[in-house]
Amino acid sequence: MHREHVLSTKELSRDDIETVLDRAADIAHSGTDRSRYADTILALLFFEPSTRTKMSFDTAMKRLGGTTIDMGSVQSSSVTKGESLADTIRVIEGYADAIVLRHPSEGAAKMASEFADVPIINAGDGAGQHPTQTLLDLHTIRENVGFDDLSIGIMGDLKYGRTVHSLAHALTKIDARQHFISPESLRLPRSVRFDLHEAGANVREHTDLEDVLSTLDVLYVTRIQRERFPDENEYREVAGQYRITEAALEAANDDLIVMHPLPRVDEIAPGVDTTTHARYFEQAHNGVPVRMALLDLLLQGEAQ
Amino acid sequence: MTDQELRVSKIESGTVIDHVPGGHALKVLAILDIDGSDGETVSIGMNVPSDKLGRKDVVKVEGHELSQNEVDVISLIASDASINIIRDFDVVEKSRVDRPTTVTDVIACPNRNCITTEDEPVQSKFDVLENGVRCVYCDTIIREDLTDHIDTA
Repeated sequence: MHREHVLSTKELSRDDIETVLDRAADIAHSGTDRSRYADTILALLFFEPSTRTKMSFDTAMKRLGGTTIDMGSVQSSSVTKGESLADTIRVIEGYADAIVLRHPSEGAAKMASEFADVPIINAGDGAGQHPTQTLLDLHTIRENVGFDDLSIGIMGDLKYGRTVHSLAHALTKIDARQHFISPESLRLPRSVRFDLHEAGANVREHTDLEDVLSTLDVLYVTRIQRERFPDENEYREVAGQYRITEAALEAANDDLIVMHPLPRVDEIAPGVDTTTHARYFEQAHNGVPVRMALLDLLLQGEAQ
Repeated sequence: MTDQELRVSKIESGTVIDHVPGGHALKVLAILDIDGSDGETVSIGMNVPSDKLGRKDVVKVEGHELSQNEVDVISLIASDASINIIRDFDVVEKSRVDRPTTVTDVIACPNRNCITTEDEPVQSKFDVLENGVRCVYCDTIIREDLTDHIDTA
């Protein structure tokens, strides 16, 4: 993977995925040689708010022994002076060994990669992709239930949820059975359905979780956002239908794990946190070793 | 001269686009950004009987030789079209359209959130699918109404 960009899960093979996850497991177990990255600088360019992704990249680089530079908020940067993303990238690539980019426009990371000689890591491009979230999702799945004969339900906002789009492509590579559960108005976008169909993915779409809950090994819940609905009533009605509670999980397999990319609002009731199903905090913690592994694999040729 | 040929008269120089699917001639003109307001001489045959297509359209444009870019885009809506370049009433070049694998800077991405719609130094680029086109940057697929998104500016 040396010096490649990480833009989308579409371009990751199963081998690439397993290489990162194996390295993450190794790092979580025995750590790394921090002296290798003493001179390495990672740039964090977040044009949208982020807590987990930004802080875990920051932590990952520092735990590897390197340092980070942070553009800070958009309000305090030269973006407010009208600088293009392309120009920002052309400048920052001269400062850092790799760039982590989050941007509100779809395709931003792809465009940035055309202007940079250092690796660009897509940390979310609008409603497009979020490949490093997928890697930590897959790490959580592999550590808990394994990839063999995997049956996963993905529920919530499938239309605009970039974590969902990235995850679906990657699950196709590991031959998982994918059940997509959402209101009709928030189905997977045409482009993702097209790719899954072309790749011969095992996919079913549902509007009711009840139809599939008992067959699942993993239930991946995402947030349905208020702004996707024209009025408050419609939002409340739909959001209520896709809310997970302890009672709802009684119909599930005992070994089912419940995941969520976080932040959650109320789509998972707090009571679920203490059940044996909950894995979303473990999932968030996995962001550090997985991003350490990814950085290590991307940068290993440069560091001595 | 057969009855069929008589319907659309010969041109002196320009381009004849033949074997356009029946009913698509106006879309071809839209792609070429021709609406008659610039005074070009244009002849159109619509739904003319054709051995190959059943019904076909023919578009003849006087004084305009198509560029490769224009041919590429026409291929997206008329994959069987043939292009005849005419000079002094003679066909000097005859070719079938060839579907390109990508088209650059001819289609505007309809996704308002796509990076190519912003003020960035990047041209739109679409992969050509069997049925439609797909933005290389944001993955948006266009199948219907492709001509609405042709960027003729």
